Amino acid sequence: MISYLTRRILWIVPVLFAVTVITFFLMHSVPGGPWDREKRLPAATVKRLNAEYGLDRPLYVQYVDWATKFVTGDLGPSYRYQDRRVNDIVAEGLPITVQLGVMAFILAVLVGIPLGVIAALGHNRWPDYLSTFLSIIGIATPSFVLAILLIVFFGVQLGWFPTGGWKGPQYWVLPTVALAGFPIAVIARYTRASMLEVTRKDYIRTAHSKGLGNQAVVSRHMIRNALIPVVTILGPTLAFLVTGSFIIERIFNIPGIGQNYLNSIATRDYSLLMAMTVLYAFAVAFLNVVVDVLYAYIDPRIRYS
Amino acid sequence: MAAVDDTMTEADAPTIIEVSPDDARRVQTPTEPNAQDGRKSDKLLKVRGLSTHFFTPDGVVQAVDDVSFELGYGETLGLVGESGCGKSVTALSIARLVPDPPGRIVSGEIEFDGIDVLKLDSDEMRHLRGKEIGFIFQDPLTSLNPTLTIGYQIAESIRQHMGLSRDAARDRVAELLGKVGIPRAKDRLNDYPHQFSGGMRQRVMIAIALSCDPKLILADEPTTALDVTIQAQILELIQRLSDEFHTAVLLITHDLGIAAGMCDRVNVMYAGRIVETGTVDELFESPRMPYAWGLLDSLPRLDDIRGDRLRTIEGLPPLLIQPPDACRFEPRCRFARDKCREDEPDLTPRAEPGHLARCWATEPGGWIP
Amino acid sequence: MATQVAVQGQVAQRTRASAGLWSDAWSRLRKNKLALLGLILVIALLLLAIIGPFITPYSFSAQDLAGVRANRNQPLDPLQTAHILGTDQLGRDLLSRLMDGARISVSVAFVVQLVILAIGVPIGALAGWFGGRLDNLLMRFTDIVYAFPDLLFIIILTVAFRETFVGQAMDGLLLVFVAIGVTSWVTVARLVRGQLLSLKETEFVEAARAIGVSDRKIVTKHLLPNGIGPIIVAVTLGIPGAILAESVLAYIGIGVQPPRASWGSLIAEGQKWIRSEEHLVLFPAIAIALALISFTFLGDGLRDALDPKLKGKQ
Repeated sequence: MISYLTRRILWIVPVLFAVTVITFFLMHSVPGGPWDREKRLPAATVKRLNAEYGLDRPLYVQYVDWATKFVTGDLGPSYRYQDRRVNDIVAEGLPITVQLGVMAFILAVLVGIPLGVIAALGHNRWPDYLSTFLSIIGIATPSFVLAILLIVFFGVQLGWFPTGGWKGPQYWVLPTVALAGFPIAVIARYTRASMLEVTRKDYIRTAHSKGLGNQAVVSRHMIRNALIPVVTILGPTLAFLVTGSFIIERIFNIPGIGQNYLNSIATRDYSLLMAMTVLYAFAVAFLNVVVDVLYAYIDPRIRYS
Repeated sequence: MAAVDDTMTEADAPTIIEVSPDDARRVQTPTEPNAQDGRKSDKLLKVRGLSTHFFTPDGVVQAVDDVSFELGYGETLGLVGESGCGKSVTALSIARLVPDPPGRIVSGEIEFDGIDVLKLDSDEMRHLRGKEIGFIFQDPLTSLNPTLTIGYQIAESIRQHMGLSRDAARDRVAELLGKVGIPRAKDRLNDYPHQFSGGMRQRVMIAIALSCDPKLILADEPTTALDVTIQAQILELIQRLSDEFHTAVLLITHDLGIAAGMCDRVNVMYAGRIVETGTVDELFESPRMPYAWGLLDSLPRLDDIRGDRLRTIEGLPPLLIQPPDACRFEPRCRFARDKCREDEPDLTPRAEPGHLARCWATEPGGWIP
Repeated sequence: MATQVAVQGQVAQRTRASAGLWSDAWSRLRKNKLALLGLILVIALLLLAIIGPFITPYSFSAQDLAGVRANRNQPLDPLQTAHILGTDQLGRDLLSRLMDGARISVSVAFVVQLVILAIGVPIGALAGWFGGRLDNLLMRFTDIVYAFPDLLFIIILTVAFRETFVGQAMDGLLLVFVAIGVTSWVTVARLVRGQLLSLKETEFVEAARAIGVSDRKIVTKHLLPNGIGPIIVAVTLGIPGAILAESVLAYIGIGVQPPRASWGSLIAEGQKWIRSEEHLVLFPAIAIALALISFTFLGDGLRDALDPKLKGKQ
């Protein structure tokens, strides 16, 4: 297990390397630069700035320079916000984005799994139809649409929750729900399908043949087995929540780091973009390892070697 | 990826009994119905006119159709037939474990130890399952929950029915595991099913079935999924323990050799119906139904000097959706005549009073003497 | 359970003995109401996308300035004028714009899957068939692509190449197709590889090998036809993802270029009017939802129909 984990975690390094190289060269090779403004800066100024930030050197030198600093924990200066370091921008926004993602994840699991279980237990009866209907709505509604609808209904018309900002718990509600909508639906669908699959298993018949009550069969024998395949989608779900939050942050005007991603691409803020890319790629890769560990924990048949 | 820690092989099993051909033909004397403790009826199990149907999108499958039989206390009864003939569904019906939907017991009566099983509510039924009726299923690989330790899975029914504490249940589980021949039982309570071999898993299933001293064990093809060498051990174990616990066994198998070795009486099922019933001797010495001949013929025999090839019964059993009012074996029967196509024969007595068969040809006055 | 399966299997075997894989799948699909609904909606969407622009009285870019001016420079509400679903602030007919949006979504739905197949099938087939080092290399490569946060990578690609020739082609759509395609082929590649790996060991392939059929022929004549079911399912189920990705791009303003508008960009525009003119958001949102639902239903149905063993899994 330990050696397997070590290998998986070490594997993240080449992945990150590849991701950063591709992003770095891609971004630097496209037209435009961090000094593009509404009003074009004089060529001499651009030249001076490029020299100051080392942008006039060959690309691979710039990459090595970036990577060396990155390894030491220095994410470099922001090109856009010229008096700020990327480290500060990330340190400011990351906790908010993580909080939003984690809250949405918890909500998705707490709602999605019971919804799927209830649907499966009430198979082909109204709980199933209701739950299936809800998950269809969830899957068919992009998070930005859900966000807008929530703002219109709960923000504007009912006035229950603020429609933007991040100043306290009441500000968290709508963004969290908007972000969790899709994963709730996905988790519920998976759980339902998985529960129905488990219902037909021989060992469930064995459990019934022991004379256990329905509740005992469901809670002791079905749910845990049904959750095994569900765990596999938790990784992609978390990744979706982390990387998908930028659009929610934008709509609700939340000062997380997600917004920086779009901005940094648009303004060619290379160092901020690189930091964001590494962060996201690491999050996706790392969360997949976490899911593998969870998988081994929940299914005793799996022992990684 | 999944490293299976299978430290135990079948060689560790303490009891290896060779079943000799003589043993295989051995007939037990049926237990006399006497007034022993806890007997609430003359027979442990009476099944009358049981019909279990499956309501599938393609139609109603009459998986079990008007099946009647009895099983005495401590007796071993074989239920023999090809796959799909309704023998497993019969057993599941007795414990009311037929998956519903699509399956349903549509008519009949099941009397277990004087109790009308089909009239019980689900709580009373649960009290019967696991406690009075133990189950051994065909595939020990899939019949044990992969995510729970075997200790837990055996203790589960003990705690459910005997109200024992966790520790007391644990002691009994260890004792049971020892009884079914699992060495170092105490050390293996926390192991998961995948850490056991197939034969060992089936021993665990037997331990679960026996855990509450049931009066009846429904053994559904208990050795089909196992290696031939292990089959004999498991069968011997079932036989020995059912003797020891005075447990009746309904043994479902497609293997006549197993039925001959284990059972007192045998029911032969075909296409949802019992087509012949009798003692092992009656059935093996003078079967009165062409299907039973076919089954006996398809057994590999040591004395078959020609030994050219195994004989099989040509054709397939009929679809059980709207079976015709005719002998169901008729399309595959070499001896069929018009009468067989026009009317279905009843299960009628032959030479011995307990020996019944469902065949026009072997009835008195039929064309096969 | 075993018994039940045996009983039903017996029935199934008999009633379908003569039916082939495809007619068999079709008969199962026909019995699945949701899948049929999905199929009907997909066909309706296709028809709308193909003939829609010919039957609407307005072009998606035509402005009814007089109408809007008469409405105090506000977007027209649905059903009040000849514009059934109303107009935006510039007097552009919403229904016509939705239909043009359907064109975009349908082309995204299918072209992106073509890109995915064009990349994923060869890579998966090479990895699965030759195995060994090549397999390892290709699978590590898919690992890397998998680790990319795909939506964000799509955004980088679209932004990066927006000013180039590719970015300008087809109102900016070509770039969207390619960007979504190159980030989404991993599933198909892995699927093809897995199919090949398992089919490679089957008897009919060994038989073909034994009689000296060439590798290429075995792959194209034996393996692909047999492994095509799950690929069709994956492709169909991949469509909603592509439509969704396109709508997000359009919503943040980097997809198709004005005056054309995809459903996502319609929502972005309508959002400005959310307090008074909900229909500008609502109708495009419903359009997206219907498209996603229909492809999801159809994909689920196909999965169940083509491989009953997979029922309920993805």
